[in-house]
Amino acid sequence: MNRIGVFICHCSLSPLPPAASKQVVGNIGSHPSVVYAAIHQEMCLDPGLEQITRVVEQHHLDAVVLTTCSPSVHAGTFRQSMSSAGLVDHQVEIVDLKAKGTRNTTGDIETSAEGLIDLINASVDRLRRNDFSRTTESPVIKRALVIGGGVAGLQSALDIAEGGYEVVVVEKTPSIGGHMLQYSEVFPTLDCPQCIMTPKMVEVSQHPAITLLTYAEVQQVRGVPGNFEVDILQKARKVDHHKCTGCGTCWQKCPEKVSSEFDVGVTTRTAIYIPFPQAVPSKPVIDTEHCRYTRYLQFLEEKGEGKKPPQCRICEKLCPTEAIDWDQQPEILTEKFGAIVLATGFELMPLEQVPEYSEDPDVINGIQFERILAPGGPTSGVVFRPSDGKTPREVAFISCVGSRDPERGVPYCSRVCCMYLAKQAMLYKHAVPDGEAYVFYIDTRSTGKGYEEFIQRAIEEGVMYLRGKVSRVFRDGEKLIIWGVDTLSGHRVEVACDLVVLGMAIVPTPGIKDLAEKLGILTDEAGFITESHPKLRPVETLVPGIYVAGTAQGPKDIPDSVAQASGAAAKVLTLFSKNKILVEEPAVG
Amino acid sequence: MKNMDLSYYPGCTLKTKAKNFEDSAIASMAVLGVNLVELPRWNCCGTVYSLAEDDLIHHVAAVRTLVRVKERGNGRVATLCSFCYNTLKRADLLMRNDPEKRNTLNSFMDEEIDYNGEVEVLHLLQVLRDDLGWEAISRKVKTPLTDLKVAPYYGCTLLRPQEAAIDVVERPTVLQELLQLLGAKVIDFPFSTECCGSFQIINRPDFITERSQAILGLAQRQGAEAMVLSCPLCSFNLGRAQNELIQRDSSFQSMPIIYFTQLLALSLGIDPEICGFDLNFGEPRSLLESKGLIT
Repeated sequence: MNRIGVFICHCSLSPLPPAASKQVVGNIGSHPSVVYAAIHQEMCLDPGLEQITRVVEQHHLDAVVLTTCSPSVHAGTFRQSMSSAGLVDHQVEIVDLKAKGTRNTTGDIETSAEGLIDLINASVDRLRRNDFSRTTESPVIKRALVIGGGVAGLQSALDIAEGGYEVVVVEKTPSIGGHMLQYSEVFPTLDCPQCIMTPKMVEVSQHPAITLLTYAEVQQVRGVPGNFEVDILQKARKVDHHKCTGCGTCWQKCPEKVSSEFDVGVTTRTAIYIPFPQAVPSKPVIDTEHCRYTRYLQFLEEKGEGKKPPQCRICEKLCPTEAIDWDQQPEILTEKFGAIVLATGFELMPLEQVPEYSEDPDVINGIQFERILAPGGPTSGVVFRPSDGKTPREVAFISCVGSRDPERGVPYCSRVCCMYLAKQAMLYKHAVPDGEAYVFYIDTRSTGKGYEEFIQRAIEEGVMYLRGKVSRVFRDGEKLIIWGVDTLSGHRVEVACDLVVLGMAIVPTPGIKDLAEKLGILTDEAGFITESHPKLRPVETLVPGIYVAGTAQGPKDIPDSVAQASGAAAKVLTLFSKNKILVEEPAVG
Repeated sequence: MKNMDLSYYPGCTLKTKAKNFEDSAIASMAVLGVNLVELPRWNCCGTVYSLAEDDLIHHVAAVRTLVRVKERGNGRVATLCSFCYNTLKRADLLMRNDPEKRNTLNSFMDEEIDYNGEVEVLHLLQVLRDDLGWEAISRKVKTPLTDLKVAPYYGCTLLRPQEAAIDVVERPTVLQELLQLLGAKVIDFPFSTECCGSFQIINRPDFITERSQAILGLAQRQGAEAMVLSCPLCSFNLGRAQNELIQRDSSFQSMPIIYFTQLLALSLGIDPEICGFDLNFGEPRSLLESKGLIT
């Protein structure tokens, strides 16, 4: 192609100073293949687009370089407009005006003429050699994969399935449900999460269009948008779920006790287990790392020294349907999908990262306290402290532990801690009316609907709010001593408590980076999934056809997770409304 | 095998009130294969690292000592006193990281060679942990400190500021690890990094007494029989304060304040006479006798 036009966009917010624009035009205009180079005003608006189209026709251009704001926002508009002028994908190059920009003294991005000239020259050269279209039409496989079975994943799955398409949900733990089910009551309405979540779980498990793959992980992803081929690893459950009726005999009789993941170590579970009573599916898996018989087999295989572990096999002997299958092996399922929703959720920063808050059984994180408060928890909601089971008379809640701490933790705000600590303090006061609850905070962030009212209610109900950080927590006999500061009165504060609840920072699930790499998408500095555009494309990732929902994208509360999940589902349905999509290059694999 | 030589900076207190600290350290290190070679010329470290921007004259004493080490052709110097360690280490960091102040100080000390951060300042605990290693030390232990319940006490100068810290600032373990391998029972002591009040002893002795009461009290409630530390000033503050506390309230229990090198020496089988327990606060002799560690 050798009739190329170069259009430099200009508006009052352009990072390219007018003088530099002129320099660029002068320089590029002398390129032998460039027959038109000019500055155009506000190209992204209708009059601007019309003008470009006119120029293309007048000058019989066979290719254009459009120098504009971020292509992630504008590319669609420009490509559509150019195609009406007869120029298709390989004849249009878009150069980001800010790509070579640097921040000036006032903090704005400024682009130099030299940097931009290099980029435009490169684009012009590319256009000269682009003889054929590299994009192809690819059929859209109208089947979606949802990774993660928490509230966000399930909402996406249900919305897509209700839209009439098949969905596969892959969940790495033995049950769907996610973190939400661990909570006692949820703010600001104090609903019981089991009551609102379990119907959703049952709906998912019974929906004819949804296939659940629990205890499974995505292992490999190949293909192009609209046509992904995914290897899913179904971990060995050692229990035949076709035969199992979920009667519960095995997990009631199993002698091996393991710290419960669902109760975050507050209680134990058995080696053959369902993670919690409302689990879906309500059929168990055998934790081969802890099961006595699998340890025995391992011992034989490794010809270990010393005493043999017992053979046990109690579950096998007691199972009425002979569902225990020691020979069951992990399987790889290869399936095709048109779209993927990533809803892998979050974890809390480990307590070990704040040594100044003591390694003490009575210093716990927010989810552990949720389990202690939960009506369906280990004590049916009777509040206790882990060290000795006594009722705590004084409880301190510390917010921003690890969050908003760029030096030692993470720089961002975890968004939900202010609210759930207020809720926990309130629920504690309901459970122990004569107890004292102290909340140490930097400032309370309560921006959701009904949230500020909720915080005020906590204060009115007698929760003591102390504005200041806590420097140390340590044990002195029966009590945990908290050294803090009340910055409103300007005094140091020392409080003796029985239990300390830390509002730990929300961090991405480990393994998300790995998964993102397999999918060909990016994670940000903190490790959360990078969205295509932080404001205008918040549920799309950089690969078309892969969407993100819930806390995989960043800390958020339940309403926001659900809203984003529905947004991601809507995007999937939009994609599925087409039979074919344009694909430039293999995006993944 | 021949002992390794290591330059050693004592500091003033080690020659007077904390002579027991020095003697037990030199004897122990000799057994462990290190000769602590005292610098032939040294002066006071300056005691307190001055934080005033324009107060460079206060760093001269420390830098001059570092120059003495450099002159000897040594790349490392060991200290015993935590305060000396802190002052020398921070003076070294200043000379390494601030070219402008380095120039000013070097030009001021025109009789000495220039110092540009060529010396590694070490505390003896670092030498024990990093150079010798716990395993090598544990092989030399002859008399384990069985049944002795000790509270490790770091104070502030081994750990703050972070750039000068010899261990994890919020939860150091070096003393605990050493004492454990010597056979002692190390109690969980949350105040091991609390400040004793330091040089405030000069103008606010009551404040020191208050701090010491909290620190010693918690150690006692946690079941400690002795406080183990590496700072003569901490030792003085805690010791003087407990004498005062006993005078005020006869029910206050005294607690022996012992340098870690004294316990090291005992467990290595060195003559207790060298340890000079008479200089310690809180009369450690009766405690150590009751444990059968000295006679």
